[in-house]
Amino acid sequence: MERVPVLKIGDILLVSIQIDMSDQTAVTLQEDLAERIVATGCHGVIIDITALDIVDSFVGRMLSTIASISKVLDAETVVVGMRPAVAITLVELGLSLNGIRTALNVERGMELIAATRDDDLGYDDTPGDVESATAATSP
Amino acid sequence: MTAGVDLGGPQTQAIGSDEDVVRVRQLVRTVAVAVKLSLVDQTKLVTAASELARNTLIYGGGGTAEVTVVEDGRRRGVRIVFADSGPGIVDLGLALTDGYTTGGGLGLGLSGSRRLVDDFDIQTAPGEGTRITITKWSR
Amino acid sequence: MALTADGGNRLVELLTGHGERVVQRWTEVVAASLRGRLSLAELRLQVQELHASMINAGGAGLADLQVPAAGELRAVLADLSRSRARQSFTATETAVSIYALKDVLVELAETDGAELSLRDVVDFTGLVDRMGLLTFETYVQTREGLIADQAEQLLELSTPVVKIWDGVVAVPLVGTLDSARAQVVMERLLQTLVDTGSPYAIIDITGVPAVDTQVAQHILKTVVAARLMGADCIISGIRPQIAQTIVALGIEFGDIATKASLADALRHVLRLTGVEASRRHPRREA
Repeated sequence: MERVPVLKIGDILLVSIQIDMSDQTAVTLQEDLAERIVATGCHGVIIDITALDIVDSFVGRMLSTIASISKVLDAETVVVGMRPAVAITLVELGLSLNGIRTALNVERGMELIAATRDDDLGYDDTPGDVESATAATSP
Repeated sequence: MTAGVDLGGPQTQAIGSDEDVVRVRQLVRTVAVAVKLSLVDQTKLVTAASELARNTLIYGGGGTAEVTVVEDGRRRGVRIVFADSGPGIVDLGLALTDGYTTGGGLGLGLSGSRRLVDDFDIQTAPGEGTRITITKWSR
Repeated sequence: MALTADGGNRLVELLTGHGERVVQRWTEVVAASLRGRLSLAELRLQVQELHASMINAGGAGLADLQVPAAGELRAVLADLSRSRARQSFTATETAVSIYALKDVLVELAETDGAELSLRDVVDFTGLVDRMGLLTFETYVQTREGLIADQAEQLLELSTPVVKIWDGVVAVPLVGTLDSARAQVVMERLLQTLVDTGSPYAIIDITGVPAVDTQVAQHILKTVVAARLMGADCIISGIRPQIAQTIVALGIEFGDIATKASLADALRHVLRLTGVEASRRHPRREA
């Protein structure tokens, strides 16, 4: 059985699914991730599904479960890179992926996790911050 | 008139394990590409096939998927027949309801995949197995 | 009464024997019918090709246009009608180029003393009719292809997806939205979000005269699909009648943001990104 690698980048675990997963592979990934979150103490998980050409209800449920598990373990999960055709199909299938946060790409996903962590840690927004942040994030 | 790509007759894939579900997806994808379904239609068909192949495995105790290229004069399509000799479905109306499941899934397999294809036909009776035929037409 | 292989052979002899005269007269008759819209030299080339391919088809090929021997003739006929269809000649003008051969054959019999029985004349004209029908079919197919291509181009043109700000794309929808077009819009919008990495999309329906349940459903599905991909949609330009329809049809727009105008929608998005920017301030090292 193939395994999906889990990479640690800074405070974030990055999972890039590059294969057509069997259900067993998906379940194993779910278990691997829970262990790695605890072992590394990471507070963010990014699951990159750019390479997935379909997401069916099983994989959808796996994504939801990972999001819930990581929440319990104090980590934020963001699913990134869903293809348009996959999103259209999921809507038709009736799968809403409740409770999952999504972003267009890995970069946006990291921003989303950082923003959420800042919120959690209670940083306040001051006008001066807006100025410097806009300058820092514009290309 | 199918110059270029030889689509041949029906191709059958046995469904007896997790990996076979992956094989069904790959077979359906190949045929859908050869028939020139649009990317969104390919994705919908492969997703439906994945749901139904999993149902065949989990609820039917295994079976087969038969993939055929069909033609109705104006357009071409892909037809897939999922057959098992499992316990069959007792209450078909209930089984086709969104969210109903006896197997711990999301209950979107049957009802959801019906929305993803153009034609959906199901023959089943308690003790006599289940036979589901789906077709997706090119536009 | 169909042409036999023997009859076909006689026609081939005739076409070979009076080769130059047939091509000459055929070209002249066609030229008269097209009134100078194609040059004589060009017409002559086409007629020569037809003439040669008829001879190459042989008696058997002319007797039955479906056999392999007539393959070249069929191809030449198809080419001819395709080029006529593309150059906007009418179907009649296209078919006349073939039917002209009848006049030429009759002339041959009358003035050049070619030995033709009544039966031969009837059979030959029958063949020319069948050749004419072949060109007609290709003509119609080509025109249908042209129409389908244009419909597709129109669809593309009528659904521009434009980037209006860093991270914001807009689709100004103009005209009636049917299911097919709504689907194209949906796919293009979502693809543009990926290509530009834009987390915000504004769907402006100012130019849409009416919204029915199906179209509303398509818009809703687009918004949900965009969310699954990690982008937010704002719908702007909902006109009073459309708002009434939406409510009357009982369509739930739920928590989807709607704004009166494209400008309001953009202002809304900019405010959102502004707030986000302040939150995104990297102060974790503090």
